[in-house]
Amino acid sequence: MNTLKDEIISAFGNAVLQPVGCAHPTCFHVPRDSFIEAARAMKTADARLVAEWATDESLFGRGFGIFACFAKDSEYLILKIEVPLDDPTFPTLTKKFVSAWRFERQIESLMGLVPVGHPDRRPWIKHEDWPEDAYPLRKEFDPSCSMPRVQGEYKFIRAEGEGVYEIPVGPVHAGIIEPGHFRFQAVGEDILNLEEKLGYVHKGIEKRFEALSWEEGSRLAGRVSGDTTVAHALAYCRAIEAMTGCNVPERGLWLRALMLERERIANHIGDIGAIANDASFAFLYYQFMRLKEGFLRINLNLLGHRFMMDRVVLGGVAVNINADGINEIYSELDRFEKEFERLVIIYDENPSLEDRVRDAGILKPETAKEIGVVGLVARASGQRLDCRIQSPFPPYDRIVTKMTVLNSGDVHARAWVRIEEIRDSMKLIREMLRTLPSGEVKTSFNTPAPDVSGFAVVEGWRGEIVYWVQSGPKGEINRCMVRDPSSVCWIAVEQAIHGNIVPDFPLCNKSFNQSYSGHDL
Amino acid sequence: MLRILHQIFRTGIVTEPLPVDIEAGIEIVGERLEETIRKRFHRSLNIRAVDAGSCNGCELEIHALNNPIYNCERFGIHFTASPRFADMLLVTGPVSRNMEIALKRTYEATPHPKLVVAVGDCGCNGGIFGKSYASLGGIGEVIPVNAFIPGCPPKPVDLLQGILRVIEI
Repeated sequence: MNTLKDEIISAFGNAVLQPVGCAHPTCFHVPRDSFIEAARAMKTADARLVAEWATDESLFGRGFGIFACFAKDSEYLILKIEVPLDDPTFPTLTKKFVSAWRFERQIESLMGLVPVGHPDRRPWIKHEDWPEDAYPLRKEFDPSCSMPRVQGEYKFIRAEGEGVYEIPVGPVHAGIIEPGHFRFQAVGEDILNLEEKLGYVHKGIEKRFEALSWEEGSRLAGRVSGDTTVAHALAYCRAIEAMTGCNVPERGLWLRALMLERERIANHIGDIGAIANDASFAFLYYQFMRLKEGFLRINLNLLGHRFMMDRVVLGGVAVNINADGINEIYSELDRFEKEFERLVIIYDENPSLEDRVRDAGILKPETAKEIGVVGLVARASGQRLDCRIQSPFPPYDRIVTKMTVLNSGDVHARAWVRIEEIRDSMKLIREMLRTLPSGEVKTSFNTPAPDVSGFAVVEGWRGEIVYWVQSGPKGEINRCMVRDPSSVCWIAVEQAIHGNIVPDFPLCNKSFNQSYSGHDL
Repeated sequence: MLRILHQIFRTGIVTEPLPVDIEAGIEIVGERLEETIRKRFHRSLNIRAVDAGSCNGCELEIHALNNPIYNCERFGIHFTASPRFADMLLVTGPVSRNMEIALKRTYEATPHPKLVVAVGDCGCNGGIFGKSYASLGGIGEVIPVNAFIPGCPPKPVDLLQGILRVIEI
């Protein structure tokens, strides 16, 4: 079978060339007017669009760059087109890839490059009351400016007809959750359409990176989405370590993976409990929350922070554990496992819960593939995707990670993938502790050279997290692209809700549990 | 059903007493809270949590207040779905530009007398996000704040102690 690299070379011959400073993954320059053709070759090769983003390279005396990252199995491939300053447009990929829809709206909103042929030119992340010519990711934009509010209107897609009505929800929601706006078109209780409007927690994170040092960047990455602090900081650090060729000591790698799995377990337990709660089964909610609290306390005692924030740093980790700590984790896991399995039986045997979670919020495998979703959402809808297996870094290249793939794509499937992953993560943690190498946990870190880029993917508990970092002419951060799984999976929530009833929305939404902060950046 | 009952009896009561050090990690600002406010709450406090731009870290810890171990309802603390019923707004930040209007509206929708508590380092001063085109900084930049609970994120115990101290139960 041909790799994506073979495909693109056979489609373009010698017209493609290797751009400067991009060692991994393979990155090709493509002429701007061949962008769609290249995307077609990728689509034909059955690749998914991982991310699409823009850079302002004016500090190098160049124009703008548009990057599209594709992936198939374990192979990642980046295509770059150059966009001149006097003609800031690029051809849209929306006709080939669904996920390009929001990536490109975001590029236009924040970088001011126009996707020609895009069917939906409404701003994304940028709200209607921003000045139209404010493009924060451009170098000329002063991040400390205060933008005036202007008059503007965001046109939602409206349904019309007898008995059709609209339900606006948010941005301030009823529960203790992040803000976002949902617009339902409904007839009776049946949902005709759901449209999301996000961007409420846009904090200018990508712009903020450009003002920080490399070291401070890992703190910021750890706060892109507070529930995924380990995975985000890890992806950031790995991208930069790839730029500098930094070799993290083995013990540091193992401890990173240990924390990644602990983060996965803690979030998954909380989610299963919350799913049960949204199906009015409060008993399981409180039981799982109790288990989660126990887990977080061990994090605090052994790793110094309940969510392990700022433990992953450039060059390694900022924490170490001793033999007593290892024994404590072993005995914690034994205790936890017994309790957890008892609760799983209760989840599995409860008919009223089953009635709610089965066949609700179905994301069909073909829709999941079309959108290009990642992580547990993808695995619950038949997609075999897991970076720990497909793009492993030590110790994942030495231990066997199990991939749980279900095909029903409903709330139950997303809950059950979580259950299986908790089981597997417990096994992985035991294996990591058993094989924990001795030695240092952190090495020194050298600042990247000017004009190089680094790329990393990490399987966080939600799924594949992607970082692409580019250094500027003085060796500073020129651009840090963050792609949380939520950037693609939010689109799937809109699709999965079709045909469900309004009261089931919280349950369906909870089963996805996508990040607002990670999406809005 | 038997399994559920069995599990309930096996678990027992896991709620922990709150540590007595209630001076820790909280800074009251502005005037002293009026007698009337204290009286009106009568050990029953309705809180509306508002995420004004947080990373979701603080939300996880606010969530934890409802778990059986911290069990905030034993102090009469209840999280309400609407600002209309709220005595207190527990606001996490930084305030993003895109949430500024919603936060002000939530504040206006909350009846008097009301308390505002800013949660987390970002809620106090913008934290690592600072002040920018998209982040307006701490909660105090947008609405009046009665107390700050710093931390990244503040632990559930810090939150509980902070809330209890604000209403001086």
